Amino acid sequence: MEAVAGSGAQGGPAGGGKKKKTMKKLQRYWEGAPQPDPPAAASPKAKRRRNEKTRPRAGAKGSPEARKGLRVSGAAGRISGKRDPFPGAAPLPRHKVKKFQRGRKSQLAGASSRRLRDHLALLEQKVELAAQQAARMELLLPEEPGFLEGDPGEDTCTIAQADIAQAADIASATKHFELTLNQFGPYRMDYTRPGRHLLLGGRRGHVAALDWQTKSLLCEINVMETVTDVTWLHTETMFAVSQRRWLYVYDNQGVELNCLKRFNGVLRMEFLPYHFLLATASETGFLQYLDISVGTEVATICTRGGRLGVMGQNPANAIVHLGHSNGTVTLWSPNVKEPLVRMLCHQGGVRAVAVDSSGTYMATSGLDRKLRVYDLRAYQPLQSLVLPVGAGHLSFSQRGMLAAACGDVVQVYRDVPVQPPHKPYLSHTLPRAAHGLRFCPLEDVLGVGHGSGFTSLLVPGAGQANFDALENNPFRSRKQRQEWEVKALMEKIPSELITLDAGQLGRVDAITMEQKHQERVERLGFDPQATPAFQPRRKLKGRSSAGSLLRRKKKVANEEQRTKIRKSLEQQQAAEREPKAAPRAQRSALDRFRK
Amino acid sequence: MRVKVLSRNPDDYIRETKQDLQRVPRNYDPALHPFEVPREYMRALNATKLERVFAKPFLASLDGHRDGVNCMAKDPQSLSTVLSGACDGEVKIWNLTKRECIRTLQAHEGFVRGICTRFCGTSFFTVGDDKTVKHWKIDGPGYAGEEEPLHTILGKTVYTGIDHHWKEAVFATCGHQVDIWDEQRTSPICSLTWGVDSISSVKFNPIETYLLGSCASDRNIVLYDMRQSTPLKKVILDMRTNTLCWNPMEAFIFTSASEDHNLYTFDMRFLESPVMVHINHVSAVLDVDFSPTGKEFVCASFDKSIRIFPVDKGRSREVYHTKRMQHVITVKWTSDNKYILCGSDEMNIRLWKANASEKLGVLVPRERAAMNYNQKLKEKFQHHPQIKRIARHHHLPKAIYSQAKELRIMREARWWKELNRRKHSKPGSSPFVSEKKKHIVAVVK
Repeated sequence: MEAVAGSGAQGGPAGGGKKKKTMKKLQRYWEGAPQPDPPAAASPKAKRRRNEKTRPRAGAKGSPEARKGLRVSGAAGRISGKRDPFPGAAPLPRHKVKKFQRGRKSQLAGASSRRLRDHLALLEQKVELAAQQAARMELLLPEEPGFLEGDPGEDTCTIAQADIAQAADIASATKHFELTLNQFGPYRMDYTRPGRHLLLGGRRGHVAALDWQTKSLLCEINVMETVTDVTWLHTETMFAVSQRRWLYVYDNQGVELNCLKRFNGVLRMEFLPYHFLLATASETGFLQYLDISVGTEVATICTRGGRLGVMGQNPANAIVHLGHSNGTVTLWSPNVKEPLVRMLCHQGGVRAVAVDSSGTYMATSGLDRKLRVYDLRAYQPLQSLVLPVGAGHLSFSQRGMLAAACGDVVQVYRDVPVQPPHKPYLSHTLPRAAHGLRFCPLEDVLGVGHGSGFTSLLVPGAGQANFDALENNPFRSRKQRQEWEVKALMEKIPSELITLDAGQLGRVDAITMEQKHQERVERLGFDPQATPAFQPRRKLKGRSSAGSLLRRKKKVANEEQRTKIRKSLEQQQAAEREPKAAPRAQRSALDRFRK
Repeated sequence: MRVKVLSRNPDDYIRETKQDLQRVPRNYDPALHPFEVPREYMRALNATKLERVFAKPFLASLDGHRDGVNCMAKDPQSLSTVLSGACDGEVKIWNLTKRECIRTLQAHEGFVRGICTRFCGTSFFTVGDDKTVKHWKIDGPGYAGEEEPLHTILGKTVYTGIDHHWKEAVFATCGHQVDIWDEQRTSPICSLTWGVDSISSVKFNPIETYLLGSCASDRNIVLYDMRQSTPLKKVILDMRTNTLCWNPMEAFIFTSASEDHNLYTFDMRFLESPVMVHINHVSAVLDVDFSPTGKEFVCASFDKSIRIFPVDKGRSREVYHTKRMQHVITVKWTSDNKYILCGSDEMNIRLWKANASEKLGVLVPRERAAMNYNQKLKEKFQHHPQIKRIARHHHLPKAIYSQAKELRIMREARWWKELNRRKHSKPGSSPFVSEKKKHIVAVVK
């Protein structure tokens, strides 16, 4: 705080009048009423002095000397005679704006016309302004994400759930609970997208839907059949259950809405919320897509990958990831009958696949007891770590935490793609082996379904703190939900638009000349630019023998090549004929007379 | 151990009473909004579809004339008043808000050839087949008064058009020559001629108010400066120009409606080639009027339709037609940029929306915001083939559709023929002439 001390010394009576004028003080609203002073023209040097230098001096408040120094002499512009001490917009750090920038800037130099260039420049300006305003808006977000810090020397993974619940506030403490359901386990589970409702499906037929925050039950049924997987559809009013033979859709009262017999032997399901597609993977190796808004089967793909017990979706581009028993992970879109990408990830079968919310990283675990993290932009492995038992289930949280269920132990890792963790962030032991695992969206909660019920764990820092109510609102009313549903249906993305790069539609389709030509050929059915093959004219009797025809054909066939070679030879010779200037070192004195 | 677990207080997110607005916290983090581009694309597609669904431009038909409507004029002071002259010499003044005729007067014997209002909006001038120019008050006479003009000027020849100066008490008529009159005198201040022909329309420039443009029946457009006694220059086209209209925002730009189905936008400084050729009509274009923004114009055609063209586009943005509308003779774009009026052969004046799918009336702020957002989306994705296809789709009457098809075939045939001729003649002997230059015969100064 040297600046503070210095200003105190200079602001004193010993400072001298001239000095006082240059060392102006900032007027803050808490520093008492300002004395009315006549506006005097400030020297340009003083005007230039800005926030950084003047800010710390505000610390020296109270003393009369300091208050005298507070006088602001610049009177330009304001009726009150005050000058804005921080003129212009507040500075914004670059990295904060960068978060809101999309794509690259358009190349103004490449624009052909002046009008287009001006238009693009204007657009760029607007885009930049939008990014800046969004970055400024970030300051106003009400919530802060959670965190957990151990005491010095204490590992966070040793902290028990009970301790976290005790240390946290009451509302959060209720989010850690355990449902003991010994009869019909093990349980698969799913959360709705706003994260308020929970769906449980026990293997022996028990299906329950509940509002897990208020712990109120929506419905509880026993379907009297094996349940392999459960998932919510777009809202909390409907869910799909894959049973021993077929796929069923129930509403939140447990009334069966639909039985889809075309979907048999389903093992895993993923719901693609923006496309209203339910992707199912069956034990016979079929990947099927059901459009739940109109009830049609969009695509059926025979993956030829054996029993499909491992499935994950990329939330950023709606590509389905399937894990196979030969250690490969395949990426599928409903539009292509072949996998888009096939990656060999493990020796031995793949046990679990999860993709993070940005769609950049994929975590896989296999029978070789390894947990691997891949970069999906380059399809390169980033980290690999060996877990004692190997993870059977994986899940990424919204803020990039990775939960792995290894037998009856659940471990949560932080920043896995960035650095190989030598210790988990959190660890918890379940009564029996885990069977399903999901982070609750918008909450610091990890739900685990296991052999003897369901456990809700607190994972501070897992969930997105500030939600967007037009996207996912956990506090939405019934009317809001209905309105959201209509809007979401209106902007349902057709399944044809599922590609590896979701932003492709917004880019300029720079088609090459070659492609254009190829498309034209396809459209016309013939190549309009192709030179017709030489057909020698039939000549007089005897001169049109097969041999001579062939000779004539050959002559014409190579004609083009010959002219080309001839030309290049001529050029070469011409270049050789040109007199070369001798290198300076070999030049003799008489060379200067040479023509 | 320090711990903070995410815990939201519902009071911050749920409205207190039912009278409050719902709270909608936003977070613009792109990570929370996946599939931005495809979702925006779908929104743009929906907006484009809805635009076509709501495209119901026809508002009202003003009937009352007993013969074809030959000319119209806007009142510069009142948005709701419009004047129209018919082929039987009758002039009617209309109130557009009430959609009724407020005054009728028998102005001429024979056609009312031209009508124009004074810039102050208190009086108007008409010319007719009876070789007279009449000056009328807009307000009718009191009870039991007689409809009498303020002044009547008897001319020697038939006047075919009239236009008033935008600032001064001067007006111009055309017929055998262009006459410039002072309102107070009964003989013209000056008469301008260039060759012997009949002139069909004359228009004052609204910005450079001393400039005039006229179209003559020997296929030329002549420009005059009122301060000189001789015309400035003229451009000769290959077909007759029916009328022209000056751009109200750019002083040197005017658009001419030609008999050869096209409209030509000229820069008066460079008449050698038009700035833009607007091709879409399938019959002679009879009238043209600019929007007050100067970015678009509307034109009426003999093919029983009116079209709206952006100034810088060669193809029309919109085409309006009804089953009952016959040859459209006159058209006007209202000064609030919202409506279009057209008068046609079958004695009706029709009122259209300038933007076919626009919602009329007061918009709630949310509605306006949604509209602006949709407009921007449509602009952003306008080049995507699916969206372009829907946005371009307009229903056309069968006659116009087949005529357009025929014209296209003819144009293509001509193009091929020219191409073949060029291919088989000496290089350079039959040069390529662009569409813009094709229709200009000469420029004379």
